[in-house]
Order: sequence, then C-alpha cells, then structure tokens
Amino acid sequence: MDIEQKVKEIIIEELGVEASEVTLEANFIEDLGADSLDTVELIMKFEEEFEIDIADEEAEKLTTVGKAVDYLTSKVG
Amino acid sequence: MIERYSAKIAGTGRYLPDKVMTNQDLEKIVDTSDEWIKTRTGMSERRVASEEQASSDMALEAALQAIDHAGLRPKDIDLIIVGTISPDHAFPSTACIVQNKLGIKHVPAFDISAGCPGWIYASNIAKQYVENGIAKNVLTIGVELLTKILNYEDRGTCVLFGDGAGATVISRAESSDISRIIDSDITADGTYWDLLIQPAGGSRMPASHETVDAKKHTVYMDGNRIFKLAVRSMYDSCDKVLKRNNMDISSIDWLLTHQANLRIIDALGRKLKIDPNKVIINIEKYANTSSATIPIALDEAIRNGKIRRGDIVLMSSFGAGLTSGSILIRY
Repeated sequence: MDIEQKVKEIIIEELGVEASEVTLEANFIEDLGADSLDTVELIMKFEEEFEIDIADEEAEKLTTVGKAVDYLTSKVG
Repeated sequence: MIERYSAKIAGTGRYLPDKVMTNQDLEKIVDTSDEWIKTRTGMSERRVASEEQASSDMALEAALQAIDHAGLRPKDIDLIIVGTISPDHAFPSTACIVQNKLGIKHVPAFDISAGCPGWIYASNIAKQYVENGIAKNVLTIGVELLTKILNYEDRGTCVLFGDGAGATVISRAESSDISRIIDSDITADGTYWDLLIQPAGGSRMPASHETVDAKKHTVYMDGNRIFKLAVRSMYDSCDKVLKRNNMDISSIDWLLTHQANLRIIDALGRKLKIDPNKVIINIEKYANTSSATIPIALDEAIRNGKIRRGDIVLMSSFGAGLTSGSILIRY
C-alpha cells in the first residue's frame, strides 16, 4: 500500500471522517474538525504505524493531509 | 540490594472536600463548555476545598482512615512521607504538620515534590525503608489543594484540576501475607522541567507585586506536549516493571493510572493492550488531583469491592519534572 493511502486511512479512522473529506488540502483542525489533542494523537498514530519519531517542532508543521503525506513519504519512502 | 523484608499496602484512606464544582459551574467563570471539557478530558466535576482548609487538613482525614483501615493507631507509624506540590507552606514540610495533627513525635517526616507521581515516589521510598527493616509502618500521602493556585482566566488549565487527599499505610509483610509490593520504578527527565510549573514564589522568581499581577503564582502547563510524553513515560515505566518481573499485561487484574485526562488513560490502555474493563477510572468525579489521584482511586476501588486481596494492581503516573513511575502490587 502506498504511503498516501495509508496516511489517509489512519486519518479516517482516527478522526472519524469520511474518505471524501480527506483531500490533500484538508486542514486537520479547520476542515476535519480535529481538536488540538486529536492532532497529537494522530501524530502518535503515525509514529506507531510508520515506526518513526516525529519531533514536536516537525509535528507542529503537519497541519494538512498533504503536509503529513509529504513528510512521511520523505521519512519512510 | 539485599531485601530483608517485604512491604505491603496494609491500609488506605481518602478525603474529598464536600463542595462540588461542575463543568456548568465553570461555564459561568471562564469561556468554556461542558461539552468541550468532557470530550477533551473526560471530566464532569471536581471537588473544591473550603477557604479555611489547607492541604494538611485534607491529608489528616485520609491518613486517619488509612491507619484505621490497617488496624493500627497513629503511634504505630514510624515514618511519614507526603507527596505534594501544593503544601501548606513553602516550609516547613506538610508532613511535619500532619505529624503534629496525628499527635506523633520522634519519627521522621518529610515532603516529596515529584508532581503527580508524588504518592508513587513516596511509596517507592517507603518500600525501601520497610524492606531494609528501618521502618515497619510508613504513612504515605498524596494530597493537593490546587484550586487555590489555579488561574481562572486560563481555560486550558483551570478546568482540569481538583482538590483531595489519598493515604496509604505501607507495612512490613508477614511471611503468611499474600499481599506484597512486588516492584516499583521511578524516574525523571529534567529536559522538560518547564512544561508544567508554578513559576513564581521560589528563589528564581520571588513573590512581588508584579508576579502576583502577572498570575505567576498559578499553574502553567503546556498540555499538548505533555500528552505525548505522558503516554510514553507511563508505557515505558509499566513495560519495564512488567518485564523485569517476567509478567505480561494479561497477568494484571487492574490498571490504575494517574487521572489527568481520559484520553491519556485510553491511549495508554491501547498501547499496553489491556482489557478496558480492567482500567480503573474516576476522573469524571474528581478531575486531576495531581499526587492524590492514585491513592484516592485505590482506596475507592478497595472499599467498593473492586480490588480484592490477592489482586494484581499496576499503578503508574507522570507529572511535573517531568517525573514518572510505577508500582506493582499484589493487594
């Protein structure tokens, strides 16, 4: 499974949103209704699923689906 | 290390102030909502001490219950350790004030400032004293009166905390006892010392008109960063204690973690892969009482018959420092 697909599936599961909402431009807080703890939990899920560590400074920049996909692709891909 | 004796939890007690502050009450004080607090923290209400009460007053009530529950009298206590970040005074220690209230003399008494794991730290120390034969009945208390040091203009922190006390008597176990403190681990990572802090009132920032006006004598917390560290540090501590006792999570009857946020408890439970029915939670009633959460919940679970003699209980906490630690017992 490619990274983009896996990232989107994690987001759908963690945030309880519809697949159609999870576009690359979607902002976790503004578009997908995440609160600040949801974003922390999402980052922790990415760390677990991709077996990597994401520093707080990096995590703060991952505000949209696309940014998360790009970051994880660069770390894992 | 040579352990001459084993330690056990012989008695428990708790005290919660009568006054209840609900989420709806907080809606009237600060820009927040019942729904916001519930979904982010799992809290519905918390207890608030009266104007006249100080931490030692609450600690005394819990202590008397624990001593009675252990079948002892105050004069049988030979060491008092109080875990607190909201002592009666900067000095002397709250433990000495509790000692005076209990009418005990000529035994050591001191406070531990270890944030929320204060009771775990205190009990870890008590265990050493009992195991090496220096003490026989140690009173360990987690007590906090946080509502007097909260900033009620900061909706990110003021809704999270409550007041209360929990006490335990840690005694030498007889060879016929099934009860044991099996193991305990404590640690700290000072890298994160400033994520959870009461900035003023110490030697770094002494009290002044300016510090009072700037609300520097209240609790400051970087909650989002602590969330992740909390889950990790408690997981690591639990994992370490289980592994070195050749136990896995299925051997645990009850998991009792610090009650700081329901979502932290859930995240830790998932990571440990424990049956959710084995996780003890009372955060909805008392919110975060810092060092008092675990001994309060332990006493509550023992007295309502949930935890029975012989049950394996894993307790774990994290907090300001950042400190963390665990205690594994057969009750």
